[in-house]
Amino acid sequence: MIEMRGVTIRYGDTVAVDDVSLTLPTDKIYGLLGRNGSGKTSLLSALASYRRPSRGTVLVDGVEAFENPAIMRGTAFIRDTLDLNDSDRVRAALDVAGRLRPTWDAEYAHKLLDIFELDPRKRISALSRGQRSIVGVVLGLAARTPLTILDESYLGMDAVARTLFYRELLADYLAHPRTIIISTHLIEEVAELFERVVIMDRGRVLLHDETDALRGRGVTVTGPAEQVSAFATGHTVLGEQTLVGVRALTLDGRLDPDEIARGERAGLTFGPLGLQDLFVHLTSQRLEVSR
Amino acid sequence: MFNDRSPIYLQIADGIKNDILSGTLREDEQVMSTNQYAAFYRINPATAAKGFAQLVDEGVLYKRRGIGMFVSPAAPGKLRAERRERFFAEALEPVLDEAERVGISVDEITHYLGSRR
Repeated sequence: MIEMRGVTIRYGDTVAVDDVSLTLPTDKIYGLLGRNGSGKTSLLSALASYRRPSRGTVLVDGVEAFENPAIMRGTAFIRDTLDLNDSDRVRAALDVAGRLRPTWDAEYAHKLLDIFELDPRKRISALSRGQRSIVGVVLGLAARTPLTILDESYLGMDAVARTLFYRELLADYLAHPRTIIISTHLIEEVAELFERVVIMDRGRVLLHDETDALRGRGVTVTGPAEQVSAFATGHTVLGEQTLVGVRALTLDGRLDPDEIARGERAGLTFGPLGLQDLFVHLTSQRLEVSR
Repeated sequence: MFNDRSPIYLQIADGIKNDILSGTLREDEQVMSTNQYAAFYRINPATAAKGFAQLVDEGVLYKRRGIGMFVSPAAPGKLRAERRERFFAEALEPVLDEAERVGISVDEITHYLGSRR
């Protein structure tokens, strides 16, 4: 169990993480979602014990995590900056990772390089953006650490490499269950791999739930303005659009099938709301006004 | 494979029920393990496990300790009875609503059905 208790992180006057308490059961794949500047990286830095919170604590299995060598060895935190020596070759960077981590699987690391077709003799400085992402993912997966955090580390990859990454991530997780936290804004294509999602907004945790519980949670209702408004009574409205007499409302919450059938008979059209859209509606400032 | 209309675990359960109804999965036949299912459809294993657990709860599947999950002998009959009960409300009513919207009378529909006999 990983626990954050009242964690606040400040940079001067800026509050990046604002009094966050979060309990994460181990051996699950988590998706951390949030807009740019919502505090994701700061939160992850605290979770990975890279940064001491300005206030609050992070506990791993009940033990304070910061500056705890055993927990640090069992944590891999991969940032898009990679934190590697530019003049090193990929192979040397992997060797260093192997020496730092008792759980490191060198054979698996090389298998991954093969899969992604990356030459281990290349220097870090000579890698393309996509190749840097691949190195990050290899460092994260082959570490096999009980806590593995990938902070937007695969976003430089092209669609083919990302697909390979999702496949490898799932296969390796099935074989070696561990806690994996992935922050991303490519929500739709990876959501099915997340057991739970945490959504951050302006330094706070807006939502922490099973990913599957969010599917079918939002719904759009379209039709004649008056009927749509009448239908929406008693529901939380996340967003609205009106065009010459036609109104489309985005509602939060699961609707009863009977309710939908009644609405359809009244000439209303219903559509599902994808996770990406739900995320956009929940974290967009403008929509909050109409809430 | 999966859509955004409902939780994936429910879609998994429905898919397996359809396979049982169509005869793709037979009585006492073993179904995929949750890990095989997760790897095949690229979904989180916990989601797959929830779908299978739902089917065990409903008596559609049964577990054999250490071996896996199997189709209950009673499942095809039970599922068929459930679907038959829902057929008029869930399959036919929307058709009648659409017919009314576009001005097709019940007589026309009856005539059409008669010609299909």
